[in-house]
Amino acid sequence: METAELHRRIDAVWRLEAPKLIGALVRVVRDIDLAEELAQDALVSALERWPDSGIPDNPGAWLMTTARNRGIDLLRHRQLAERKHAMLGGDPDFEPHVMPDFDALDDDIGDDRLRLIFTACHPVLPHEARIALTLRLLGGLTTAEIARAFLQPEPTVAQRIVRAKRTLAEKRVPYDMPRGEERGERLASVLGVIYLIFNEGYAATAGEDWMRPALCEEALRLGRMLAALEQDEPEVLGLLALMELQASRTHARVDASGRPVLLDRQDRTRWDRLAIARGQALLARAIRHPDGAGPHTLQAAIAACHAGAPTAAATDWPRIAALYALLLQVAPSPVIELNRAVAVSRAEGPAAGLVLVEAIADAPALSRYAPLPAVRGDLLEQLGRRDEARSEFRRAAELTTNAGEREVMLARAAALDIPAG
Amino acid sequence: MRCMVMVRATDESESETQAMPSAEIMAAMNRFNEELVQAGVMLAGEGLKPSRDGKRVRFASGRQQVVDGPFAETRELIAGFWLWQVRSMDEALEWARRCPAPFVGECEIEIRPLYEEADFAEVMSPELRESEARLRGQIADRAR
Repeated sequence: METAELHRRIDAVWRLEAPKLIGALVRVVRDIDLAEELAQDALVSALERWPDSGIPDNPGAWLMTTARNRGIDLLRHRQLAERKHAMLGGDPDFEPHVMPDFDALDDDIGDDRLRLIFTACHPVLPHEARIALTLRLLGGLTTAEIARAFLQPEPTVAQRIVRAKRTLAEKRVPYDMPRGEERGERLASVLGVIYLIFNEGYAATAGEDWMRPALCEEALRLGRMLAALEQDEPEVLGLLALMELQASRTHARVDASGRPVLLDRQDRTRWDRLAIARGQALLARAIRHPDGAGPHTLQAAIAACHAGAPTAAATDWPRIAALYALLLQVAPSPVIELNRAVAVSRAEGPAAGLVLVEAIADAPALSRYAPLPAVRGDLLEQLGRRDEARSEFRRAAELTTNAGEREVMLARAAALDIPAG
Repeated sequence: MRCMVMVRATDESESETQAMPSAEIMAAMNRFNEELVQAGVMLAGEGLKPSRDGKRVRFASGRQQVVDGPFAETRELIAGFWLWQVRSMDEALEWARRCPAPFVGECEIEIRPLYEEADFAEVMSPELRESEARLRGQIADRAR
């Protein structure tokens, strides 16, 4: 095999095996840094050996064995050094490190990855760190890839990962699955992180960077992984359903020149029917669950209403408005309130929607939120209040950070300069 | 990227007397599928009945003709498929290498990447895309 081809194959093996390998090592050594170090060492050995010996039949087991032997060596050396140090210093409180049970690596503990993602998404870490650590440990992405995906400098991301691992060690975060109430909180954090990764890719599909659609795929993969491991959590299914349904619209969301295309105007033949079918099936499973519908499941139900409508005009807006009302009960937020206002305006007319928009117009959380004036402008325009509508569209153009959206808003404002005919 | 992974039929899988796969192969395949699912790779996957249960519709000079199975050229037939979402062909290949041999004797698995939107970027000139988008916009407006 040629060297370049071999290296590509080792790279593929590594990406497949890294999450399992690191997950199992963390379970045994209870230290992410050490686990990563041992896993990386095993990879280096593979790069040295495999060109001569060929790739073994079970590369995962080979890497695991190599990491174990390396771990035993390394920790023996450390113990020895510590003991010498203690003898020289005459430290009466010296307690040698207990050697972890490396044989336990062979135990096939299926939920190592689950534990790993619950650890990476621990609430002691800031959101950005949770995202970076999850992509690094569970997705097997390099720091450079994560940096490129989030359009951030590589040293920033590297620092973030280093600091996150240090925080987990300092706060002595256990690598066990949380139970009871804490488990619910942690699961919410895990789902939140996966959805943030998805949205980072989804919101950026208009961009030119190839890595960003890949972020959506990465989030979907993480979601599927979680759904396979956490089979009895309706919100896991709900989130996966939501991501599948949203991803089904990816290709229809931008026009030829990269401008965003609103839902109403999307060419529905370009929606991915297979993704929709997967989303609908997941949603059905989530809804059947006795625990009732959580926020992700309700959002998926809303997305399914759109996915199921053959034309924009056939959208079941009263049902969507009702689902938003339910969503507001489980996850109150002015943004959802605004979405409900849009749904109500479509179901009952612009005047009914405007009443709801006005009610939240002063919410501090929305003071710089471009969709608020955009929606308000749209409703005002429908009601024939052109001057007010124009200034709302201008305000929306001012607030948005997306160039395509700004263009659309300015065009709508400009169209209102022409006297109605 | 997505790819279709196809298990090619064999003489045995197509034969009249074809026995159901052995419990051993079924169990190995099940373990493999489990891994695919846990890695979030598998989108779909099914086994197909032999071609004698199938039909073909042939299109020729504006006419259609129905052909009943079984079909010749066993090696070109498909006995099962998966739909995978992977990061690269290298990754797909690595998964395929881990698949247990689906049949006793010589057999083959084929990996074919699916067309994605980006693949049409070169074929579609910006003008053509623009014009298509405009057309679609007009159709959408009319449907309102």
